[in-house]
Amino acid sequence: MKKIGLYIHIPFCKSKCPYCDFYSMRSDAIGYDDYTACVLESMESWQDKLNVRADTLYFGGGTPSLIGGKNIALIVRRAKALFGVDGEITVECNPSAIEEGFFETVSKAGVNRISLGMQSAVDSERRKLGRTADRDCILECIKEARNAGIENITLDVMLGVPDQTLESLKETVSFCLESGVPHISAYMLKLEEGTYYYNNAEKLNLPDEDLTADMYSFLSEQLTANGFEHYEISNFAKPGYEGKHNLKYWNCEEYLGIGPSAHSFIGGKRFYYPRDIDSFRLGNAPEADGDGGDEEEYIMLRLRLAEGLIFSSYYEKYQKNLPERIIEKARFFEKQGLMKVTDTSIAFTREGFLLSNTIISELIYV
Amino acid sequence: MAAKKENIRNFSIIAHIDHGKSTLADRLLEKTESVAIRDMTEQLLDDMDLEKERGITIKAHAVKLNYKAKDGEEYELNLIDTPGHVDFNYEVSRSLAACEGAVLIVDASQGVEAQTLANTYLALDHDLEIVPVINKIDLPAADPERVAAEVEDVIGLECMDAPRVSAKTGENIEAVLEKIVSDIPAPLDSDDSKPLRALVFDSLYDNYKGVIVYVRVVDGKIKAGDTMRMMATGAEFTVVDVGYMRATAMESAKELTSGEVGYITASIKTVGDARVGDTVTTAEYPATEPLPGYRKVNPMVFCGVYPADGADYENLREALEKLQLNDAALSYEPETSGALGFGFRCGFLGLLHLEIIQERLEREYDLDLVTTIPSVVYKIHLTDGTVLEIDNPTNYPDPAYIDFSEEPITKANIYAPNEYVGAIMDLCQERRGIFKDMTYVTPDRVDIAYELPLNEIIYDFFDVLKSRTKGYASFDYEIKGYERSDLVKLDVLLNGDGVDALSFIIHSDKAYGRARKIAEKLKEHIPRQMFEIPVQIAIGGKVIARETIKAMRKDVLAKCYGGDITRKKKLLEKQKEGKKRMRHFGTVEVPQEAFMAVLKLDE
Repeated sequence: MKKIGLYIHIPFCKSKCPYCDFYSMRSDAIGYDDYTACVLESMESWQDKLNVRADTLYFGGGTPSLIGGKNIALIVRRAKALFGVDGEITVECNPSAIEEGFFETVSKAGVNRISLGMQSAVDSERRKLGRTADRDCILECIKEARNAGIENITLDVMLGVPDQTLESLKETVSFCLESGVPHISAYMLKLEEGTYYYNNAEKLNLPDEDLTADMYSFLSEQLTANGFEHYEISNFAKPGYEGKHNLKYWNCEEYLGIGPSAHSFIGGKRFYYPRDIDSFRLGNAPEADGDGGDEEEYIMLRLRLAEGLIFSSYYEKYQKNLPERIIEKARFFEKQGLMKVTDTSIAFTREGFLLSNTIISELIYV
Repeated sequence: MAAKKENIRNFSIIAHIDHGKSTLADRLLEKTESVAIRDMTEQLLDDMDLEKERGITIKAHAVKLNYKAKDGEEYELNLIDTPGHVDFNYEVSRSLAACEGAVLIVDASQGVEAQTLANTYLALDHDLEIVPVINKIDLPAADPERVAAEVEDVIGLECMDAPRVSAKTGENIEAVLEKIVSDIPAPLDSDDSKPLRALVFDSLYDNYKGVIVYVRVVDGKIKAGDTMRMMATGAEFTVVDVGYMRATAMESAKELTSGEVGYITASIKTVGDARVGDTVTTAEYPATEPLPGYRKVNPMVFCGVYPADGADYENLREALEKLQLNDAALSYEPETSGALGFGFRCGFLGLLHLEIIQERLEREYDLDLVTTIPSVVYKIHLTDGTVLEIDNPTNYPDPAYIDFSEEPITKANIYAPNEYVGAIMDLCQERRGIFKDMTYVTPDRVDIAYELPLNEIIYDFFDVLKSRTKGYASFDYEIKGYERSDLVKLDVLLNGDGVDALSFIIHSDKAYGRARKIAEKLKEHIPRQMFEIPVQIAIGGKVIARETIKAMRKDVLAKCYGGDITRKKKLLEKQKEGKKRMRHFGTVEVPQEAFMAVLKLDE
């Protein structure tokens, strides 16, 4: 049986960033230790039910590092014992919320990958995003993680944030390259309803569509010229350092998400825990979210990868060929330089990535 | 039981918008106990939701009230409500023709306004006895004595003993009823023995009874079983029922006699068969001369109405059919647009009428609509002598064959405090107005008369007027006739393809300015697409304005929602749904907002 991915949501932050709509809160209501206990309990009861093995473990948030190295280590050790986790174990960290010895502790437990929410290497930009750590603090984090034996580090970079320019992005890119990390995730700011940014968009000096697109292209060019592969719309890695856990999403593979707002895909069903920490603590079952893994979903997800949609894999999965209609349309986009069509696959070009929503919906829906 | 003729009073209430007409009507109903207090909802006479929301009466209604006056006599008061907007002037005039008197409400703080005067003159045209009432005395800003003096000055009505009331609180309402009884004449010159002549002042379609015809019997009488004949159309029907309109129900009667107000039902299928203003007589004992004043109401403003989803075409047709049952002034006929598919060319009395119909279609019939730019009816004289009446730019002839064109002109009056004279004159000038006259109705209020082309006021004139005068100006117009004008047709091209639904006819002086604005608006409201889109505005083959919508650069879910695949999928589906709602012109997708934006250019 294929191994699944395990996701643990840690819904705590010291403060809410003005653009973020992920489920997070301050820890006033429930202590970190209590929450950790709930997670452990949930993992046990899931494993009783599912009896599966996992090969990736991912701590997302919120700010997972907030609950402390000891708690992270507890969860990691239990996950290994229960699910036999033997591969990539990632913890998202906010550089400003890391205690002394954190990396030592989690590394010993088995954590082998760190995701740093840097967002920008320009201090003024980062502060506007609600991030307090300065550039030196980030460098220090990277150093400490490495000293603890974790060299697989990924940095988050945001594009299209207030006051950002191509010049300032150059600084961030240089920082990424100089830091020597093997993986970069680059997300374009999206104004999510209910956030401060959404409600105050006109007050923010946001780069326009063209500039943001230029930033994306610039970043991609720079990173690929320096040994990175642009392997997914938002992800860049040195060979062998692709994010294994996230790849499960794009490959339409199974994963179990634990914690409020965490999503799962198991046995063809999608389900999720509501954004309600009390409900999770009470041990309430997650809510159904319908069937998953159909052809449309697979196409949508696979096309996010540079490798694209491989005809033979599609056939293997669904016992039928990719509809000719889709390939025809892809050829139309190929003429505009947005896709690549070969005998074995269809895939986006860099410019195509930028328009992927429009193109995917054109491809999928008649 | 029919009352003695001496004890009948037929009257309307006239007022400027928002001066409290409907509220006063409600209080009169309440005071005469025509309606139980528990049935009182706000503004009972306005029974369409839309009327309540907009605070205006769209269609006239009538109600019979019984009132025991201080002289000990029992009176029958027939209150005929009138629509309160210039679009419905003809209907107002028919309602007034059914009365002997009118209660004129004037707001105790605002005083005389445009429609106060317009409606008063209309009432005087019908020789009505006018009973002024000063309303809203409960307001802090109320100054009844000043307003009474203003009414005397401006209108020349004796106003010193006019009732000062608050329809809102109910204060002094009885004085209004007493005034109606003492000042408004009874319909004494009515004669039961003459052939029937009954004036249709309103008609309403009812699912069970067919058309309910509201009439004022001028001469003769009518009862169930009679054969009624519409004198304008010659149509005949067997009368099923006659009676009175009470506040909450209809009350059947043996007969309606001269001087009375009531209803007739006769299984009539559409209100078009019992048009407002027509005279009802009987086939058995026909009158020779109809009552004066009938005319078929002609729509003045036209626009294309299309379902946003082509599949709704049949539903739209049915909805229009149903609305027309109740609204003889609404016209529609099928039309096709290359851009919008199948729809209807609809005719309206004015822009308010258009908006009301559009809203009713959307609300009551749950239709999503795209409407084209409203147009008036132009008369195009061709070189061969034929005259075309064009209400749809699509049918605009090749300019090479046009000798000259004419457009409808209105006589407009604007009333405002004198400090806004400059702003008003600027606006009228921008709208190609010709200044006619300016009189001071009081030392600080003016009446400015202009001749304005109808096509300059149908879009947004009133809105702009209000905003430039901080809401103080009021406005009234009537059609004067057709005048020669220098017209051109503007075409909109997207990516080289003409969009017929966006074409319109305009005065040549305005063509360039308008073309530039349209191009800008379209650029602003058409989202960037996968390729660059030139937006061109042209007269004939000549492009006079151009903008370019750049190709889209970025449409990507670069943000990671973790494993929430459903959310990603929904976003794509929503995107696709959004596209479905767009109109496709060749390869260009245009959202409905773009149409609306072009419509409301001056905002």
